Amino acid sequence: MERGKTMKLSIPEEELVGSGHLACQGCGATLCMRYALKALGQNTILDIPACCWSVIDGPFPHTSVKVPLFHTAFETAACVASGIRAGLDVLGRGETNVVAWAGDGGTFDIGIQALSGATERNDNIIYICYDNEAYMNTGIQRSSATPYGAWTTTTPVKHFKKMPKKDLVRIMAAHRIPYTATASVGYPEDFIAKVKKAKEIQGTTFLHIFSPCPPGWKSQPEKSIQLARLAVSTCYFPVYEIENGEKYTVNKVIKKPRPVKEFLEQQGRFRHLTEEQVNGIQKNVIVSYNELLKKAGLDLEVHVEIKK
Amino acid sequence: MKQVIMGNHALSYGAMLSRVQVIAAYPITPQTQVVELLSEMCADKTLDAEFIKVESEHSAMAACIGASAVGARTFTATSAQGLALMHEMIHWAVGARLPVVLGNINRAMGPPWTIWTDQNDSLSQRDTGCLQFYARSNQEVLDSVIQMFKVCEQILLPGMIILDAFALSHTSEVVDVPDQKLVDKYLPPFHPRYILDPKEPHTFGGLTGPDGYYELRYKIEEAIQRAKSLINETGKEFGELFGRAYGMVEKYKLDDAETVLIASSTIASTARIAIDELQNEGKSVGLLRVRVFRPFPAEEIRELLQSRKKVAVIDRNISFGHEGIFAQEIRSSLYNCKNKPPIWGYITGIGGRDVTVENIKDIVNDTIKSDKPSGDIIWKGVRL
Ligand SMILES: Cc1ncc(C[n+]2csc(CCOP(=O)(O)OP(=O)(O)O)c2C)c(N)n1
Ligand code: SF4
Ligand SMILES: [Mg+2]
Repeated sequence: MERGKTMKLSIPEEELVGSGHLACQGCGATLCMRYALKALGQNTILDIPACCWSVIDGPFPHTSVKVPLFHTAFETAACVASGIRAGLDVLGRGETNVVAWAGDGGTFDIGIQALSGATERNDNIIYICYDNEAYMNTGIQRSSATPYGAWTTTTPVKHFKKMPKKDLVRIMAAHRIPYTATASVGYPEDFIAKVKKAKEIQGTTFLHIFSPCPPGWKSQPEKSIQLARLAVSTCYFPVYEIENGEKYTVNKVIKKPRPVKEFLEQQGRFRHLTEEQVNGIQKNVIVSYNELLKKAGLDLEVHVEIKK
Repeated sequence: MKQVIMGNHALSYGAMLSRVQVIAAYPITPQTQVVELLSEMCADKTLDAEFIKVESEHSAMAACIGASAVGARTFTATSAQGLALMHEMIHWAVGARLPVVLGNINRAMGPPWTIWTDQNDSLSQRDTGCLQFYARSNQEVLDSVIQMFKVCEQILLPGMIILDAFALSHTSEVVDVPDQKLVDKYLPPFHPRYILDPKEPHTFGGLTGPDGYYELRYKIEEAIQRAKSLINETGKEFGELFGRAYGMVEKYKLDDAETVLIASSTIASTARIAIDELQNEGKSVGLLRVRVFRPFPAEEIRELLQSRKKVAVIDRNISFGHEGIFAQEIRSSLYNCKNKPPIWGYITGIGGRDVTVENIKDIVNDTIKSDKPSGDIIWKGVRL
């Protein structure tokens, strides 16, 4: 097909994720990989701990990525990547990108020690966390990335999650990591630009990608992109970057946030929330966003009117 | 060149002479000197390797796995709690068929906190598929590292060199540190057929159902069985080049002794003196040292123990609820033999309790004197 010649594409055309993978319809994690590999290119080695991607890639002997992939234990994404990096460097193959690819559980919870270790050592790896806000592979259990208010199988409606989502990007910034950023699969150009930026940086880089999951969120598969964009336009999941743990840049400044209710109401996992609880979430979203704007040195304060 | 070095440094020199390329390790008493010396070697470029100072033993093994998967020769070392923490990743190295080599200083497991030797830490890794060599001298520690790489890289499985805390780790002995050129002649560079390489992309360890997993396990067993002859062959070849040959087991004045004492690690060194003295007293006894525990030398055990009158096994370990682990394995190896001797299974030296020549003589005399073992386990030296 001569697509490239007839229309100008805003993202690289090369496809390094093949068809035939095992993801659900509307899976954000799969789009995430597709975009990331477009930015990374062929000269990349992936390591993936236990997560949906252990299954998505396909059963042995099939695989759906066109780069080498090493499946590893749940808590070892970062340290296996450090080992791959060291091995490549000592063998004179330093040009290859080394990418640790993990879910929120493998990153925020069981893998945080190894991630912190690799980051403190500033090992030259790219760590990409696709965040679907729960342990989906094992059947939708809560993780420390699950937001306040969400239903999961271990936070049933009667005891929905009461603690807020862990702010991992700030933890990463506290390591003075050379580069950390958030992105959403709803904005591929921004995401791809960030992966490309991470690729050029020597040292540890960490990308936190918002990835809708229809079965886990009880949302419609065809709404995944819309949800990934709404998360940004409601300021529920701002896209921004931090250089050297200090320099904040908000990549999509939302001057007039949409009500967070529009994002929440399309997902069954939030269906039980009362209006008051939704208003509480709204308030926190705006407070956090204004804090972020301030950190980025922007002279702006946003508001959303809460209808009583 | 002859040098006076401690067992821990013998591990470091073994790794250096094997030209390891990536080291990832985390400190734990009594292993620390292994990594300290390797850090210095990497810093002053005596050794051209990357040293990853990981934040845990779990990550140490994981990092070695990553490095091995791209084709680098990798080494780590640990002890007790650290080895237990590595457990998941030792299984991973086996399943991924990566010949990571590690040193383990035998240290008893806590609680209570303790740092002295026994074998329960390494023997808890028994069923992973990781090779296990138990050394009885610092010389053997150094030589075993080099030999382990040679064996493991042919069968694509990880291997562990095990030495007693303090009795070897911190005890200085005269060690012949071989010439690098000679070691290079013995140990070729590591060039595995399948590596993580963007030019030839493969996926490793992908989801496998009952249709394929079974065969992959069969192949691991096939490989570790192949290690048996390989260990004897490469050990003989080592002897030809360096003047010190090694095998699965080591016989000491065994000949046609009626009573055979079986021991491992440094107890087997002490036992030599006990055997000398007992023979001088006119007793028909000999020593068999189990050097390699995985793969288990069942063939040698059968060949050397059939038709003996009595066998005494010393275990510096205990499988709670059953018996000493070496005794267990020796019993099961002999079970289908026609002329199997009765086996006395002694437990002693747990948690680093001293095992002296007198203690060992007492064990052998006890065996000679009694008609049959007083139980599956005979505890020696328990003070209640
Ligand atoms: C040590 C260990 N504990 C538990 C598991 C079981 N397990 C596999 S995947 C998973 C959850 C993964 O969650 P996440 O990282 O968010 O990825 P997702 O499944 O959502 O893609 C769990 C708990 C495991 N494989 N290893
Ligand atoms: S459960 Fe969610 S993350 Fe996992 S494959 Fe399905 S859509 Fe993707
Ligand atoms: Mg998840």
